[in-house]
Formats: sequence, C-alpha cells, structure tokens
Amino acid sequence: MRHGKWPLIVTFLVPPVLLYVFFVVSPYLQAFQISTTDWLGYSADANPVGLANFTTLWHDDYVWNALKNNAILLALVPVLTIVLGLFFATMLAMGGRKGRAGVTGVRGGALYRTVYFFPQVLSVVIIALLWKEVYHPNKGLLTSAVHAVGLPSPTWLGDPATAFWCVLAVMVWSNVGFYVVLFGAAMSAVPKEIYEAVLLDGASRFTTLRRVTLPLLWDTVQVAWVYLAIFALDGFILVQLMTNGGPNFSTDVIGVRMYDTAFGSETKFGYASAIGVVMFFLTLSVAVLSLRVGRRERIEYS
Amino acid sequence: MNRRDILRRSAAAGLLATPAAGLLTGCATGGGGDKNDAETYQGTKSADNPLGVKEDAPLEVVIFGGGFGEEYAKAHEAMYTEKYPKAKIKHSSTQEISKTLQPRFVDGTPPDVVNNSGAGQIDFNGLVSQNAIAGLDELLAAPSLDVPGKTVRDTLLPGAVEVGSYDGKFLVLNYTYTAYGIWYSSKLFADRGWTYAKTWDEHIALCKQIKAAGIAPWTYAGLHPRYMSWPLIATAIKLGGPSVATAIDNLEPNAWKSDSMRTAADAWHQIVKDKYILDGSSGLDHKQSQTAWCQGKAAFISCGSWLESEQKDVTPAGFNMTIAPTPSLGSGDKLPFEAIRGTAGEPFMVPAKARNLAGGLEYFRTMLSKKGAQDFTRKVASLTVVAGASEGVELPYGLNTVVKALDASGANGFNWVYNNYYRKLERNLVDAACGEFFSGRIGPAEFLDQCQKGADSIAQDSSIKKYKRAA
Repeated sequence: MRHGKWPLIVTFLVPPVLLYVFFVVSPYLQAFQISTTDWLGYSADANPVGLANFTTLWHDDYVWNALKNNAILLALVPVLTIVLGLFFATMLAMGGRKGRAGVTGVRGGALYRTVYFFPQVLSVVIIALLWKEVYHPNKGLLTSAVHAVGLPSPTWLGDPATAFWCVLAVMVWSNVGFYVVLFGAAMSAVPKEIYEAVLLDGASRFTTLRRVTLPLLWDTVQVAWVYLAIFALDGFILVQLMTNGGPNFSTDVIGVRMYDTAFGSETKFGYASAIGVVMFFLTLSVAVLSLRVGRRERIEYS
Repeated sequence: MNRRDILRRSAAAGLLATPAAGLLTGCATGGGGDKNDAETYQGTKSADNPLGVKEDAPLEVVIFGGGFGEEYAKAHEAMYTEKYPKAKIKHSSTQEISKTLQPRFVDGTPPDVVNNSGAGQIDFNGLVSQNAIAGLDELLAAPSLDVPGKTVRDTLLPGAVEVGSYDGKFLVLNYTYTAYGIWYSSKLFADRGWTYAKTWDEHIALCKQIKAAGIAPWTYAGLHPRYMSWPLIATAIKLGGPSVATAIDNLEPNAWKSDSMRTAADAWHQIVKDKYILDGSSGLDHKQSQTAWCQGKAAFISCGSWLESEQKDVTPAGFNMTIAPTPSLGSGDKLPFEAIRGTAGEPFMVPAKARNLAGGLEYFRTMLSKKGAQDFTRKVASLTVVAGASEGVELPYGLNTVVKALDASGANGFNWVYNNYYRKLERNLVDAACGEFFSGRIGPAEFLDQCQKGADSIAQDSSIKKYKRAA
C-alpha cells in the first residue's frame, strides 16, 4: 500500500483545501484589502486610503458603544450559561440522592433534558420573534405576568435601561440547553466510583460539584467557554431581529454596526470591512486567551 | 482522536467561522466594471419611439415586495410588452434590494429598472456619489404616452422632480405621492362628539378630554420613533416657513436648534409630560402601534398616506381613518393650518450601467402614462405623481381624505429631503433622539442637541457626499 499513499492523499485532501482557500481564506484576505479602501460597494471603483478607516474607527463613538456592549456580553453570557448549564446537568446526572448511597438524577430527568434542549432545536430567528412577543409591552407573556402580581412593568425592549438585559437573557436562555446536554454527556464519562467515594466521605452536593465534577469536566467547560465567547462577540442575529441595536443604541453590538454600515443606513463597504477586521482580531484574541488561561493538567481516568 | 479533540477542533473551526460570516462582504471589487459596454441595447429614435428603445431588447425589472405587492408592476410590464411585443421582460420581486443587487452593481450587470425601497433599500447617497444611477432628463423631455401635447414633465405633480434630484440632476423617479400627517378615526370622533383641533392649545385641551374618556390620545412606533419626527418638524416648518426645512436639508450649522424647532419641540414635549401617550408605546413597532390605534386604544397616530393599505387587514369596518395637518402653533405661523407635507415617494431608478437603459426609461414612461398611473391607484389605493390620475378612480375613505387634504394645502404644501440625502441621519440618529424624547427620558433641549449632533457628524464626515437644495 505504501506506493498508493500519495495519490490517495492528493485525491482526498487537495480538493477540500482548494475549496477552503477559495471560499474561506481568499475572502478573508480580500476583506483585509477592502478595509484599506473607501469602497462604497456599488461600483468597481475603490481608492486605497491606507489606514484611514481604522483611524475613523478609533474615533467612532458608536463603534465604541457597540464594543462596550459586546464586552458586557463577553463577561456575562459565558459565565451565566456555564453556571446554569453545569447546575442543570449536575441535577440531572446526580441531583437525586434519595438519602442512600448511589448516584442518580432527579426524578423526570429525561423529560427535563428534552425540555432544556428545545431552544436549540428552534431556529434563532424563531427565538428572536418568539421573545419579541413575550416582551410585547401591552400583551406579552412577561408583561401580563408582571401585571398579574400587581407590579408596574417596564416596556422591556423599548427602554434603554432594560432592553440590553432582555436581549442578554434570551442569549443565555437559548444557549443553556445545549450545554446541559454537553456537560451531561461529559459527566456520564466520569466513573461512578469516584462519586460513590465522594458520597461516602460525606461531601455535600455543592462540594462534589466544585471539587470533583468541575475539575473532571474542565476540558469541556473550556470548550464551552470558547464557543460562548465567540457567540458573545457576535450576537448579531438576536440583536438585529429583536431591537436592531436600539433604543438609542443601547443594545448595539459590533456585528450590527458592521451590517448597518454596509447594508443598512450606509453603503460604506470599506469601513464595514475595517470593522470586520477588528472583529476578526478581537474574536481571535479572545479565543486564544481563553484557551491559554484555561489550560490545566489533563486528568486521565485510567 | 477522542471526543475532546473533536470539540477543541470544532471550537477552532467555529472561531474562524464567525468572523468569516462578517467578512463575507469581501467578494470581488476588481474585475467587473466595463464588461457590459459592448452590449447596450439602443434602437433608433422616432416620433413614436422618442427614447430609442430597441424593440426586441429584453428588460429586467426588480420590484420591492412590500406593501404594494408586485401585481401593479406586472400590469405595467404587460403595457410595455403591448407596445413592444418582441421584448421579453424578466420580472422579480424581493424585500432585500440591497443584498440581492449589490453584487450585480459591482459586476456592472445591474437590472434595467430597480424599485429601490423598503428597509433593505440601497442608500441613495452612496449610489449617487458613485454615479450608479442614470439621469432621467431625457424621460422628462419625452412626450407623455397618452396625454397628447404634453411632455412627461408636464404631467407630474409639483415637487415630484425636486425630490428625486441630487445637485439639480433628476435621477430617482419617486412614483407615489404621499402625504404625511396626523391620523384619527372620524367615526370615533363623531361618536364622542370631538372635533380635530386646529391649534396646538386646542389640541392639548382635546388630548385632556380624550384621556378623561379613557382613551390614550397618542401612540407611536416606539421601535421606529422617527415617525414622530415628522409632525414635530412639520410644526416647526409651519411656524417658521419652508426655510426651516431647507436649513436642515443643507446641514446648516444649528439648523436643528433654530427658534422654530425649539418652539415646536417645546410644544410636542407637552404630550409626553402630560402622559398623553399610550403606555408601552415605546416598545411597539410600527405595525403594533398602528394596530393599537385601529383598535381604538389611541386617538392619534403619525403616519404617511400608505397607512390605510398597510392596515387594511385589521381596520374595523366603518373606522373611517382621516388624515389631518399638524395643528398650528398660533397666529404667528408663516403657513396656514391646511399646509401639509406632501412628497413623492416609492423610488424607482434605472442603473447607469443597465444594458437596456432606453427600455428602462420607456418603462418609466409607461408607469407615468395616465393609464399606468390609474391602474396603480386602482390596484394599491395610493396616489401617484401623475397629476389628475386619480380622477375617475373610486378611492377608499382614507385616501379620499388625503386627496382633500392635499387640495386644501395646495401651494402651501412643504417637504424636506434630508432623509433621502443622508439616510443614516434620519434612520439612525434622529430616530434614536426621537426615541429618547417621546419616551420622556430627555427634554426638548437635549432632543435638539442630539439631533444637531447627528447632523454635525454627517456634515463632518468627508466620506459622505453632501447635497444642497435651493429654498
């Protein structure tokens, strides 16, 4: 078989690499080039302007405002999602103790697992529209619930004080289900004996989670972190559909800014590409950082 | 490879995928361009064919699939093929004009007629500054298709050419004629014995009465609050005259903080202060607020004359929606109460690089024929820029009030175009300021400051082409 190795490699690997270079790498490189032009997107003419777009960007208050919102999302969405995901997964995997030794989940665990996963099955667009109705200021589910207990309700997406947090809540809601399943799968790979030993030692559920489960799941949590960080730097679809960055730019994110600059209120493709380039490096650094910071010694079970 | 490696690697892949989605805009700037020059269709001009249409040249029409639908366009296309039976028309309709057509503009192969409208509209400032739109002067000079002895220009309502002109060059055919005003239900008002107030003080008194009757006087599209900038600016123009609008359009320093704008903003602040706005309006979009209004939860709403067709499905029978001008501030107003904002809307253009440019212009001539315009009004219940084309067409109730309001306004009618020149200024910046102002989070002075700041940012942005218009 030795002599047949190269033809095989060439046949199987060259086409995908070519496709990748053509459809992924080349648009990247081109975006870098476009970001140094004043291209307005509706003619083939573009004049090179050097780094002028990046200088403008540095002084663009709206971009900074969007970045600030992304930073808050970056700080909160992964933490909240992972904490909730871990909590639910733990309860499903070993929450029930029935006062005896033995590691079982809470009653009806299978049902919960299915329910938690629902948002993952829905398209993001559906989620956005669904929640837009939930947040409807007159007849929305949430508004009615608040009114039912006799409290005045804010206008949710209509008020800069609440809109951002409403969108953030939807981001967490739509993501938790997936991580419950992910963490649940990882937990099922942890040998039961470890838990039984911990139980015999009389550890509480919280201690078990913190001292045993979390370290054993660290790799998975880290991956979750990278995913969620990328999500938090994007968040485009939900924001664009629910608020389009408003009211008064309070929910603006960098992705919406870029889209608006290219396809929305302006057609500055050069400038939008510059925003895209900045987004690229931000996402890259955040991902690399979270992988580096989170690096720990791997635990092998056997 | 174990599960964790797979997860890790797919995380890395995801990490590349997100910015990639963002950088998708980067498809081919170079190339394209001039490849169509060889093949433009040109026929011989004659008395019967003043624009020189090549009779068998195909024509491509892209229609915005919005409130007007696309049936009216199919009717226009049928009229075109009636005259040029050998021409094949390629018709398509989309809500995403910008996303669909952007690559074709770059490639130099745009369609021949584009109805550039809706939320996915291509910013005209960008198109004009790139010389991407064909001039329409030849069309204006051509004889009307079915009004004998008149040129196309002669058949248009006043203001129709100005609103589509950039630096004096007529580029964009705005086909519909739209009035902007305050809407109320004649039935509701008759039932309650209310009459529409002609002065601002009376308006406030009426609001008080309406509120006492358990109805919110006002509602508005809180998610698109720029709708409320229209009556506010209109109030200022009626007080200070059309120069208020010219100053805003020309981005003159402190145009937004003129005395007239200040007085108007102070006046409108009253409905916010006195809580004359339906609770929760700030969280409603245009459809939701208009529906609340149709359900009788609020008495007034600000909108253009498309409101009636947009609300067709939810308006109760006998609702009788009526448009009215904004109330006068007082006897010092430069324009009478009847003055209303009327303007041509619903933009159509022929791209400069259209292969069948003459056919595109001829298609416009078909649209602007009396027959074409009447058919449009009949199909979508909206007026066109063709003078007198609504005569003999039975109009729905609301549109009838629009015709009357425009008649009464006559030569006192006014308009502004900064929203065409600088889409971002209205859509983003003034919009955000209106949201803050009409939800009561900022007062009139801060509101005008924020608008002015927006206008200044446009004025200082050297990458945006500036336009001026005469008074």
